Amino acid sequence: MIKIDRLKASIDDKEILKGIDLEIPAGEVHVIMGRNGSGKSTLANVIAGNEAYEVDSGSIAMNNNDITEMSIENRALEGIFLCFQYPVAIPGVGMAYFLRSALNAHRKHQGKDEMDALEFLNNAKKILSELGLDDSFLKRSINDGFSGGEKKKSEILQLLTINPKLAVLDETDSGLDVDALRTVAKGVNKFKNENNSVLIITHYQRLLDYIKPDVVHLMIDGKIVKSGDMSLVEKVEKDGYSWLEN
Amino acid sequence: MLQGLVVVVLVFQHNMVDKNQQVIDKTIDQEYKYGFSTDVDQTKFEPGLDEEVIAKLSKIKEEPKWLLDWRLKAFRKWKKMSEPTWAKVDYEPIDYQALSYYAAPKQKKNNSLDDVDPEILETYNKLGISLDEQKRLEGVAVDAVFDSVSIATTFKDELAKHGVIFCSFSEAVKDYPDLIKKYLGSVIPANDNYFAALNSAVFSDGSFVYIPKGVRCPMELSTYFRINATNTGQFERTLIIADEGSYVSYLEGCTAPMRDENQLHAACVELVAHKDATIKYSTIQNWYSGDMEGKGGIYNFVTKRGNCLGDNSKISWTQVETGSAVTWKYPSVIMRGDNSVGEFYSVAVTKNKQQADTGTKMIHIGKNTKSTIITKGISAGEGQNTYRGGVKILKDAENAQNFSQCDSILIGDKCGAHTFPYIDVKNPSAKMEHEATTSSIGEDQLFYCNQRGIKLDDAVSMIVNGFCKEVFEELPMEFAVEAKQLIEVTLENSVG
Repeated sequence: MIKIDRLKASIDDKEILKGIDLEIPAGEVHVIMGRNGSGKSTLANVIAGNEAYEVDSGSIAMNNNDITEMSIENRALEGIFLCFQYPVAIPGVGMAYFLRSALNAHRKHQGKDEMDALEFLNNAKKILSELGLDDSFLKRSINDGFSGGEKKKSEILQLLTINPKLAVLDETDSGLDVDALRTVAKGVNKFKNENNSVLIITHYQRLLDYIKPDVVHLMIDGKIVKSGDMSLVEKVEKDGYSWLEN
Repeated sequence: MLQGLVVVVLVFQHNMVDKNQQVIDKTIDQEYKYGFSTDVDQTKFEPGLDEEVIAKLSKIKEEPKWLLDWRLKAFRKWKKMSEPTWAKVDYEPIDYQALSYYAAPKQKKNNSLDDVDPEILETYNKLGISLDEQKRLEGVAVDAVFDSVSIATTFKDELAKHGVIFCSFSEAVKDYPDLIKKYLGSVIPANDNYFAALNSAVFSDGSFVYIPKGVRCPMELSTYFRINATNTGQFERTLIIADEGSYVSYLEGCTAPMRDENQLHAACVELVAHKDATIKYSTIQNWYSGDMEGKGGIYNFVTKRGNCLGDNSKISWTQVETGSAVTWKYPSVIMRGDNSVGEFYSVAVTKNKQQADTGTKMIHIGKNTKSTIITKGISAGEGQNTYRGGVKILKDAENAQNFSQCDSILIGDKCGAHTFPYIDVKNPSAKMEHEATTSSIGEDQLFYCNQRGIKLDDAVSMIVNGFCKEVFEELPMEFAVEAKQLIEVTLENSVG
């Protein structure tokens, strides 16, 4: 699915990613854990093509297609979806309108007909009820005045509507109460299947109680220093990261 | 050289199912699509302005003596006035003697569309406005004016059944002289300001509306202004009177051909709302704005004012200003009647080298009067966008209320937004609220949209349309759709 090869990236001439190698095959869920400032969110943003970051060397490929130089929207259309850590508000732009525009941009790229308003609405309502959200959610402006939980649920609503190939969850679990966390996890579990991949970036084990990862990566100072199974998560919860530095 | 015409026509796009779902799907040319000119035989005055020219104009229009005298009085005052310089706009001095003050297609206006030059009808068709009543949707009557004269007014008979008068200003002078005499200049005195005085002296045509007591006008009324002729100033005059308990919604649209030289447009619009009457006046101003380097475009120096004469009356201005090289315009409301209401909703877009100095004046005279000002300024390229607003609460205006919200958004780093609110309160019971914000289109907002597969241009128009939502909601449905599309075209390629 996605293959990242010796990726180095910087912001304002400060190198953050110092050679990342990561491959997530279709059907797998990977987790990246690491301290604050280790470069986890940078990696998520660089995968999505955020132009605030400079890729200095290395490459990112989706299904053997090099996307390192691709624009943000083309990557998105190629199947990359970022669940934002801090989704930005866009006042005056309704959720329904935004969501349908995004969905139809993807459908157009895939050579499909645009989804009409009615079908879209029926779809969206189904997802909303699964996320425990009221239909009136669609009438609100994107992320405008949303609570922390609503913002993250809105991201999951978009994930399930667009149905991309790779979902990158950038600390989607932060700031959520247990109920919201369960709802978000339920959404991600609903999304994943043998044809898509999930990359979870997190500090905590708690989301992983609900979503079982196939591979766990530990990141320190811009590099993935160790990869393994769930036992790594338990080790980190118990001992932190300092044992990796020796 | 092509000869020109000014047409007042209304652009409408119908069959819009859902105004909030429509816009982004459409791909539109980035160019100014109304920039063509029309080749029509015309009568046009030689450039120059003096009392003889005014007399000649008045004679062509077969005006009564009192009106000629009124014009001449205005002209004499104008000669003693000087062009205002306080606005934050910068333009080459206008040579008023180099302009022609009258241009009209050679056809005599008649009641039948068959008498209208086919070239002119074609012009309207190209603008998306059919003057053929059969081809138009019910519910909108149009007065079409080309250069200095009104070409046709639709649905007149239908309106007459309700006692509504909707005709060109020239016809009104002939057919309803008492109304004209009573109300002309009653809201904007001939010597009000430099451009209003010039307009009073040389105005050529425009629209006249009278809604009788207790009548709710059964359809939207609209005028579409088109400047076609070269080196011709357009000076139209609109007068709308809503008698007791009546209601009218009036729409105004404007386009002009692309020409290298600047053209002057100095209009006056007067509104009078009697007791319990409501006037809703919407404008989509899309005059040619000049090219990337700032060459050409319309100088739009307009005086618009409404008088809430009676108790419980209401006047609401909504404007979407995307065109013109220079805009100088402050639609205002005088709230004379007790409990009267004044509203001003505005979206002003400037790009390339466009300059807009626009806003409103709300003058509270009656008790319990209430005004609302919501403005959205959008600057892109090297555009300069200024909000200038005055709120005045006079001594006897007990319990007056004003709410002002002036938001600006900047696209790029070469443009500017400026806000000049003036507040003058002479009654201590007044309640005033003023909010102002300036923000850039956030990189993070664009990133968010792009990450969802939405292209940059679409993302910009989405964000800007969201920013303007409160104003667009005040527009009649057809206009709201047009306004959104216009903003989209205007801002295409402004980021990146």
